[in-house]
Amino acid sequence: MKEKLFATVLRYPALILLACLVLTVMATVGGKNLVFKSDYRVFFSEENPQLVAYESIQNIFNKSDNVAFIVIPADGNIYTPEHLQLLRQITTDAWQIPYSTRVDSIANYQHTWAEEDDMIVEDLVSEGQTLDPSALDRIREIVNTEPILLNKIASVKGQVSLVNVTVQMPMIDPVAEVPEVVARVREIQQKYMAENPGLEIKLSGIVMMNNSFAESALKDNATLIPIMFGVVVLTMLVLLRTFSGTFSTVIIIAASIAAAMGLAGWSGMFLTGPSASAPTMILTLAVADCIHILSTMFYEMRRGIVKRDALLDSLRINFQPVMLTSVTTAIGFLSMNFSDSPPFRDLGNIVAVGVMLAFLFSITLFPALLMVLPVRVKQTREEDRDWTRSLAAFVTSKRRILLPGMSVFMLLLIAFLPMNQLNDDFVKYFDTSVPFRQATDYMQDNLSGMTMMEISIDSGESSGINDPAFLKKLGVFSDWLRSQPETDHVSTLTDTLKRLNKNMHGDDQSYYRLPEDRELSAQYLLLYEMSLPYGLDLNNQLNVDKSSVRVVGTFKNLTSNELVSLEERVQNWFARNAPEYQVQTTGPNLMFAHISQRNIKSMLSGIALALVLISLLLGFALRSVRFGVISLLPNLAPAAMGFGLWYLIDGQVGLGLSVVAGMTLGIVVDDTVHFLSKYLYARRHRDADSVAAVQYAFGSVGRALWITTFVLVCGFMVLAQSSFKLNADMGFLTALTILIALVVDFLFLPPLLMVFDKTKIETPAKTAQGVER
Amino acid sequence: MNLTKSFYLLLTLTLLSGPVLAQTPEERGLEIAREVKQRDFGWADMQAEMLMVLRNKQGEESVREIRIKSLEQEGDGDKSLTIFDKPLDVKGTAFLSFSHPLEADDQWLYLPALKRVKRISSRNKSGPFMGSEFAYEDLSSFEIEKYSYKYIKDESCEGGTCFVVEQYPVDKDSGYTRRVAWIDQDQYRVWKVEFYDRKNSLLKTLSFKGYQQYLDRYWRADLQQMINHQNGKSTDLKWSGYQFRVGLNDSDFNKNTLKRAR
Repeated sequence: MKEKLFATVLRYPALILLACLVLTVMATVGGKNLVFKSDYRVFFSEENPQLVAYESIQNIFNKSDNVAFIVIPADGNIYTPEHLQLLRQITTDAWQIPYSTRVDSIANYQHTWAEEDDMIVEDLVSEGQTLDPSALDRIREIVNTEPILLNKIASVKGQVSLVNVTVQMPMIDPVAEVPEVVARVREIQQKYMAENPGLEIKLSGIVMMNNSFAESALKDNATLIPIMFGVVVLTMLVLLRTFSGTFSTVIIIAASIAAAMGLAGWSGMFLTGPSASAPTMILTLAVADCIHILSTMFYEMRRGIVKRDALLDSLRINFQPVMLTSVTTAIGFLSMNFSDSPPFRDLGNIVAVGVMLAFLFSITLFPALLMVLPVRVKQTREEDRDWTRSLAAFVTSKRRILLPGMSVFMLLLIAFLPMNQLNDDFVKYFDTSVPFRQATDYMQDNLSGMTMMEISIDSGESSGINDPAFLKKLGVFSDWLRSQPETDHVSTLTDTLKRLNKNMHGDDQSYYRLPEDRELSAQYLLLYEMSLPYGLDLNNQLNVDKSSVRVVGTFKNLTSNELVSLEERVQNWFARNAPEYQVQTTGPNLMFAHISQRNIKSMLSGIALALVLISLLLGFALRSVRFGVISLLPNLAPAAMGFGLWYLIDGQVGLGLSVVAGMTLGIVVDDTVHFLSKYLYARRHRDADSVAAVQYAFGSVGRALWITTFVLVCGFMVLAQSSFKLNADMGFLTALTILIALVVDFLFLPPLLMVFDKTKIETPAKTAQGVER
Repeated sequence: MNLTKSFYLLLTLTLLSGPVLAQTPEERGLEIAREVKQRDFGWADMQAEMLMVLRNKQGEESVREIRIKSLEQEGDGDKSLTIFDKPLDVKGTAFLSFSHPLEADDQWLYLPALKRVKRISSRNKSGPFMGSEFAYEDLSSFEIEKYSYKYIKDESCEGGTCFVVEQYPVDKDSGYTRRVAWIDQDQYRVWKVEFYDRKNSLLKTLSFKGYQQYLDRYWRADLQQMINHQNGKSTDLKWSGYQFRVGLNDSDFNKNTLKRAR
């Protein structure tokens, strides 16, 4: 069957080229369906409990996706006539942003005040208002005493203020909606910055973050993929010294990537931050297949065998190891299907398909190309086996020190593993080169953080929010929340009611307190609601039945653990002080704060299944249960050691890292497979003892392992340069784990074999040709 | 000679009728609005009860009950008195409004819990009425001067064949750039209104159901359904107990009598 395939490939290369071309193009066409979904919600599965809670809260109150224009005047003072008018114009323009439902700024803040029995409701900065120094002082005074505005919309120092736009995207076509909003937002930003030299407008908010997911990933792909291709071409030219081989490899890689992404498009997948890194990963993984086939072929040709026969030999020898390593790698990536976060499932599936495509192409298209292209080699002896021999000598002679030494070293690293902290701060998903991150950092330093928690408190009865007992507790809670060290701002109904109570008593400051009568509070709200303009109503704080209220806390940028502990404190406060009310805490930050833990839990079963499958496959391929079991150790240890080392480097484990163990499992297995199969070949067929077998294994695969590991580490290190930290961390830890795996395979596995494999192995009747090259 | 005379006659007739036949869409729209107002003029005073049912996207419901009394004004917006019955904590609250087509309305609110009448000075008519999907401006009386108009087309509707007319609010504090109204050609009743927000995207649709005729002339719908397309919320207004010409006069619509409104 496979002989027939190889024969066909080598006899009719043009036919194979054509067939592959047609199939690849057909698959690739699907890429037109592949669009980027710019929405942080894609990270959550539909059944994610935090998402479900959040969506229900958003349906009860209004949605809170926002764009924040951070408007910074050149002279550092927002209270000038020109700047206030400017804020007013930006506010008006902001209403033109698609899907905007609310705009908040100091200009359109609905200031209420009393004149005897008149209650006046007006924009804080109205059109045509004369802004003399006393008016400016008055505005500053109002802003600085209004808890709704201070530290949220305007800073205490008065050097920066926000125009905050709430957008409610219909989510019919999220792929188009976010860019549509962002385009308009940037138009406004550019216009005002061009018209007002010195003025700076930075953009933050959930919508800008969503947009950054797409922009950051696409920018990455535009820079990282070419870099990676460069690394591959350079490595191959230097190490294998072949132009045709390099060219053919690049074709295989490009075809695998194009077809895998195209198939993803056909299957109806969206692109997301993580799955957008699939091309880089396929690129990295596809190289190994070609290197194995090329190096065997060259080895044969150097011995004077003609190209066609050398190629056929190479295919025969490499078919099974290449297939086996491709399948194990695919299984590792498929384990990501257990992830709770859909983008990682997509990533796993795309890469798994890509890896299998690369395998198919490298046994069909690759030899066909090599047949057509001119390939010449100088007939020389390979000189550079020397270092593998000296490494083998070192390992065999120092095995009694290496085994305990490496064991201690490995255990030591693994001991650090549990000390990693789970953390998902989505602002930090982007590095400081991303404008969204810069804007948000600025906002955090000068105004407020971007960490928000929505706390919905259900009184349990219709109109119950007007109950003085409820209001009193809400007031105490708001004060308590405000006094927490991490709090920047609290938006609460009690502030509005206190102000109205004051207004209703002729602006007497002593009435700046909560109404003590249910009817009074209800009637104030009725009056207030009737005098507010479109979009500035209370519907984002109150439900229709006025039984629930939503308090929104804004905090300094917190880690997941800090946020979860704050959430616990909030829940405890209510359990202690107001157990009669139903309290729900939600928000995007909290959703991310819980996601890693959920994801790691769900990934554990995926890893376990992948491990069982891969071990079975190995046991079968090596034809030995015993070596299948021994292989577990060098396959499992690298990921654990990688995470241990990660603690010493960074120590924060987020969503991106939670899939690394499963992902690397399939890759690191390859080294073990190659090493063990050569070792066993020597033991079984050359009657070698374990020491001699180790030396043989080093000699025959040491160099290939080193080259493929080098390419893999380079590839994932390129991914580690991503401005999208989720992908960057994932790339870095994967590279680290692969490197560690090689160290383990070179320094730990051989001593282990030499110590534990002392028995003489029965030579099997049938040769274990399976994984030999 | 005879032929020439006829030709000139024809030419003259054509020129004369030209402007009439070539009525612009704006003029046509205004003409329809005038007819709507004309047909509904002369009811003098009225009172009715209104049940509001609010629904959010999550399916939660909430109910409000109010009574409305109105006094027709010639050459100005109507005077109206709104008395709140439910929820119970606003029972007895009364809202008096003298609406004006172009300037801000005069508004007073009596708060029984405070036992005081408060004048509300606000240009805002675009906010939600009692937390519903109706803005105050959606409920106030129709005055020709409030809008400029443009006739769009004829289209079949629930009331037979309708004029489709665009109405552009004159008040720059309005929450809308335009409203599109479907008005039947037989009775000039409004069957549907689409509201476009300030960025000219569809915000809400209001449908009128169950029209009934009072005093053999004035049509009132029993049910008005407002659906907000942007936030998924909706509000039903159910009208009942319509009474016309019950003898209300200016003294019933007076700041000083607001406290005694029942």
